[in-house]
Amino acid sequence: MLFAVFALAPTAVLARQDDASQGQNQQDQMRGLDEQVQELKSDVLSMAEELSRLEEKLLYPSGTQVAIFVALAGGDQMRLDAVRLQIDGQLVAHYIYSAKELEALRKGGVQRIYVGNVATGDHQLEVLVDGKLEGGADFSRTENFTFRKEVKPKLVELTLAGPGSGNTPIALGEW
Amino acid sequence: MRVPRRLIGLSLVLGMAARPAAGADLRDLYFGEALYHAYQGRYFDALQRLDTELAQYHGLDEPRLDTLNYHINDAEFSVGDFELNYRMHHRAGRAITAVLEGAVDEAVRDEAAFRLARIHFQKDQLDDALHALARIGGTAPEEIRDDVEFLRANIYMATGRPSEAVEVLGQLRSDESLAGFAAYNLGIALFEDSRPQEAIEQLDKAGQLAAGDRAGLAIGDKSNLVLGTILFESGDFERARQSLDRVRLEGPFSNQALLRAGWAEASADQYDRGLVPWNILVDREPTDVAVQEAMLAVPHAYASLGLYGRAALMYGRALELFSNQIDRVDASIGSIREGRFLEALIREESRQDQDWVIRLRSLPEAPETYYLMELMASHDFQTALHNYLDLEDLRSRLIAWKTSLDAFDDIIRLRGENYEPVLPEVDARFRELDSRMRLRLEQRKHLGERLQAMLTAPRPDHLATADERIAGERIALIEEQLGDSDSPQTLALRQRAARLRGALTWRLETEYHERLTAAYVHLNELNAHVDALTRQYDAFVRTRQAATHSYVGYDIQIERLRERVREALERADLLMARQGHMIETVAIDQLEARRERLVAQQTEARYGIADSYDRAARAQSGAEGP
Repeated sequence: MLFAVFALAPTAVLARQDDASQGQNQQDQMRGLDEQVQELKSDVLSMAEELSRLEEKLLYPSGTQVAIFVALAGGDQMRLDAVRLQIDGQLVAHYIYSAKELEALRKGGVQRIYVGNVATGDHQLEVLVDGKLEGGADFSRTENFTFRKEVKPKLVELTLAGPGSGNTPIALGEW
Repeated sequence: MRVPRRLIGLSLVLGMAARPAAGADLRDLYFGEALYHAYQGRYFDALQRLDTELAQYHGLDEPRLDTLNYHINDAEFSVGDFELNYRMHHRAGRAITAVLEGAVDEAVRDEAAFRLARIHFQKDQLDDALHALARIGGTAPEEIRDDVEFLRANIYMATGRPSEAVEVLGQLRSDESLAGFAAYNLGIALFEDSRPQEAIEQLDKAGQLAAGDRAGLAIGDKSNLVLGTILFESGDFERARQSLDRVRLEGPFSNQALLRAGWAEASADQYDRGLVPWNILVDREPTDVAVQEAMLAVPHAYASLGLYGRAALMYGRALELFSNQIDRVDASIGSIREGRFLEALIREESRQDQDWVIRLRSLPEAPETYYLMELMASHDFQTALHNYLDLEDLRSRLIAWKTSLDAFDDIIRLRGENYEPVLPEVDARFRELDSRMRLRLEQRKHLGERLQAMLTAPRPDHLATADERIAGERIALIEEQLGDSDSPQTLALRQRAARLRGALTWRLETEYHERLTAAYVHLNELNAHVDALTRQYDAFVRTRQAATHSYVGYDIQIERLRERVREALERADLLMARQGHMIETVAIDQLEARRERLVAQQTEARYGIADSYDRAARAQSGAEGP
């Protein structure tokens, strides 16, 4: 038995060396592939940038572009369930939030909920917010605003807050 | 006796969080949108947004007037963070180097240097990592000071300079989030520095640190496990057992701790006590290495206690388990070869939570991922897996873009078909209106100039009404017809004509100021109409230009983009195939290694059964006596 162990030992060492060099080879290949994947990502991102500019130019030219953003008031604990938007009486967005999206809003992220086209001049915006308060009670609020579209792209920010937070439940900011 | 280097690697805390949003201070909505994507782990979308914003910002004549200017440092940092999270280390390094070399505050530069060092460290570029840390001038900012020193110690460890690591870690007074890791790493550094006694004491301390979160508890377990192993290997079985007993029964290191605790007892010839942890272990997840080892350790302990029948039964149970597991491994290898592993990887529902890799095993015909857990925990394999998923994501995007480009072509074609027949007529009508408008504007300008001139050189006749002008002309005609005759009749008529002219002149002279004021009022009223007309004119010109811009001049760009998308899609397909093959090969290698081990254990179990029966028979015959 002892002999067998000794006799096998050099083979085992060689096998380990083979394994090690095979492992190194695989590691090198993986790293090589990783470099190529990084290059591809970089190229695709540059395409994405060009494509998004083209899309904006084609579909939402600055003369008519309006973009509406949703943010949560800092520190607000309201659980936002859904937001519905109407511009001049037409439903343009109805968004239901996932837990991940809500978390991103709570951390300070801003969601571009709608981008579209309107003529220059005044427009009516109706905002409906559905959510739950910290205690679990349902909360629903509707507000109407007027915003003015000029020649440049119009950015509208809606900052939402629960009713008990001391903030305006739906505040409009124009950019 | 050496503690494997990977023990150190496990203690690294390298999570890159996105920069905190400015909250109420957010001035650039698109930057907020990039953060919104990043906070959800959608780094491609975050980068796409932020790259676009930054390109626009840097292309402005006066970027300081742009809303992004307020967040520009954060934005430049965030790009690096997002790229790092999207596993684009090269670009992340470049982005952070750009911040480092820009005209920024010392605190910003220090943070950039720290981030760059982390990237280099992650990529095993250890000299570069140290070089980046050396760029931190003076004392690092308070918020990152501990992280900087912790990283420095890790680099020293990775470059085989444990004594320097000990010095750094010994001075580190870190907060709770790093305390467990720093304490553990100090223990490892002392051990690597050939100071085993101090290492044991340090690991003992690290294993008893209070921790509130999962990571802290896990590093505590790890400290106890490593300490137990060191003590066990140095023959101090009692202390080894005490240390291993401190490892939580439900933690990630519990199986290894139970196995080694059993061996600590067994090595002190206390097999009955060794059976306690091992018997807990044998009822656990049968794919676990420690569990499989315990399946042989338990009958070995029974045999050592002279309980050969029990040992034979347990060897039998082990044999059955190994045979089943070999079948499972074979099925897993088959499943991987048929491409089911990669199929399972890219299924959306399998990636819904953090433990998605483990959940793959529950999918029909997916391989047994528990056997791949160790492999999957390695940095290179993780990168390969994520790259595969990223490539799949890129493929989906590229395919969608191909469709988008086709749709853009359609939009452009339809717009062309709509506008081209109409525009020539619109343009002709516009040209006519344009010339009329220009004429009127010229007239208005002329009137304005005349009124202006009349302020210094009054011209009442210029303000005569049409009737007055006609009357004046008629008087002049009469005067002309009267000629030079001196007849009394003619004289009387000439006097009458002179009176009429006098009356007309009187009116024009006396009403001059009133009329001039009225003329100004009317001209101003005309200005309002002219302004409205100009606005309408500008709006028309814009709309007319927009009509052309909506379908002219895109062909080359779209064709170029289409070509780039096609080429990128080919590359993505090729890379995916190679990456997938690599993942499959490595996974199969791992499974085959496990299979080899299981076959050896199976043989051992068979031998164990036979040996146990032999010993039982010998014991039986010995008991019966001659």
